[in-house]
Amino acid sequence: MRLWRKLTWEELKLFVREPLTVVFAIGFPLIMLFVLAEVFGTAPVEPDPGDPIAFRGVSPLSYYVPAYVALAAAAVGLVMVPAHLAAYRERGVLRRFRAASIPASTVFAAQIAVQYVLAAAGGLLIIAAAYLAYDFPAPEAFLGPLVAFFVTATAFAALGILLGAVMPSPRAAQGFGVMLFFVMMMLSGAGPPVDVMTSTMQGIGKAMPLWHGVIALQDAWLGYGWNWGELGIVAAVAVVAGALAVASFRRRA
Amino acid sequence: MRTTEVDPVIVVDSLRKTYGATTAVDGVSFSVKAGEVFGLLGSNGAGKTTTVECLEGLRKPDSGEVRVLGIDPLAHPERLRGRVGCQLQESHLPDRMRVWEALDLFAAAAPRPVDWTEVLEAWGLATKRDAAFSSLSGGQRQRLLVSLALVTDPDVVFLDEMTTGLDPAARHTSWELIEAIRARGTTVVLVTHFMDEAERLCDRVAVMDAGRIVAMARPSALIEAGAGAVRVKFTSAQPVGEPAGVDWLADVPHVHGVERRGRTVEVTGDGPVLAHVAGALLARGLEPSDLRVERPTLEETFLKLTGHGLE
Repeated sequence: MRLWRKLTWEELKLFVREPLTVVFAIGFPLIMLFVLAEVFGTAPVEPDPGDPIAFRGVSPLSYYVPAYVALAAAAVGLVMVPAHLAAYRERGVLRRFRAASIPASTVFAAQIAVQYVLAAAGGLLIIAAAYLAYDFPAPEAFLGPLVAFFVTATAFAALGILLGAVMPSPRAAQGFGVMLFFVMMMLSGAGPPVDVMTSTMQGIGKAMPLWHGVIALQDAWLGYGWNWGELGIVAAVAVVAGALAVASFRRRA
Repeated sequence: MRTTEVDPVIVVDSLRKTYGATTAVDGVSFSVKAGEVFGLLGSNGAGKTTTVECLEGLRKPDSGEVRVLGIDPLAHPERLRGRVGCQLQESHLPDRMRVWEALDLFAAAAPRPVDWTEVLEAWGLATKRDAAFSSLSGGQRQRLLVSLALVTDPDVVFLDEMTTGLDPAARHTSWELIEAIRARGTTVVLVTHFMDEAERLCDRVAVMDAGRIVAMARPSALIEAGAGAVRVKFTSAQPVGEPAGVDWLADVPHVHGVERRGRTVEVTGDGPVLAHVAGALLARGLEPSDLRVERPTLEETFLKLTGHGLE
């Protein structure tokens, strides 16, 4: 426990010392939220059969804030972690740790804890900005959004570790992670409203874990209740990606 | 508490390890006593690092047995926590990790808390306390990596090519530090392809070649057994082309042969040949000012044992 706490704190410091990735992972979703809120407005959209953009019956801002909180978790897992871990692997840091009786399991536990902290920081920043800029109201419930966020952050933490495990180099991990991030952002409800997407776009979006995380978080946030189906899909992603990551690191060890 | 309940500290028995079609270690056996500095000497690819990695619990042997402090390092790494220190070949720390943070983190892996500030001082890193790993020079990095191996006050230390990439001054400093480690009673396994390093530091050396140990003894014994002749050289005052010059030297005791190249005379022989040659020269009224002796080195022994040089 002592070692894990120390490593978690150390890892957190190491991430914060990479200003560029921090700005990207935390600042970029913030900018996108601002752009979308300015474009689509913050007033509730009246149901209008002639207008296909419904925003699930709430204001565009209410629609996008939960989506961007989920995106913050995706940014940490896809943009920050893969290159970091791939570099650890490639440069022998993990071996060095292991030889010093710091097991890989402790390293991963620390990574996951750090990702929760960073994702939560990114999410809170978005909520705070929305509150300050647009007087955004508190969510309908608290436990539901917290659980949905936790499950989504876990899935992206596992995906981040998996990419760090399987990508051949830190550069490849960075490139692939950023690419996945943008595809997910554009097609999973955090970009253009789902209603304007073609069925192909929706199909791709639904293959992405962020799609399901966004809906689970929105449902809980907007008072539509627990969406166990979507939560289950995200949890399954977490379990499968986590198992693959562990297996992959074992094989390389 | 530095008394070792297990003696020998390290036992390797019939260790074998292959990577695909390549046999890296092919039936290696040796043991290391407590407090000993044991060298694994060989060229690149001889199997030294693989052997040590099996001892560090980083690789799984194909067959054979490995024990460190009586413990199987792969099966029970937790029992060796803090008791074994490792400096790995080509390993890095995260670029932005600071020197004190690395020491603090590695010290936390020990079962009992350790004061790492002493290690920081001893290895001359106090002024670099807050420096990031990436900003350190090669020598400073190496010192940090070695000090990380020692921060838990281990009973056994593995040092793999610790002086590779260091400038001569830094190499000599490292040697003094290894001698300091030995003085504390810590058992050291030193992997190297530098002869002078092995000769100076090691109590015993195992010479490895193509995955096998080809010789194992004290460095001086290896040299005596492996190579041969002592060479005595001097510059003859007599002009070139005067054949009668030095032939008489061949009759001096312990001399095996005499050769003359230009003005340089080279006498080969064994044991106390130098004293006899010097005496004979003086007796003839010859006082060459550059009389010198070249003893066989571990390097020559190595060449003889393996049939090739170190690269």
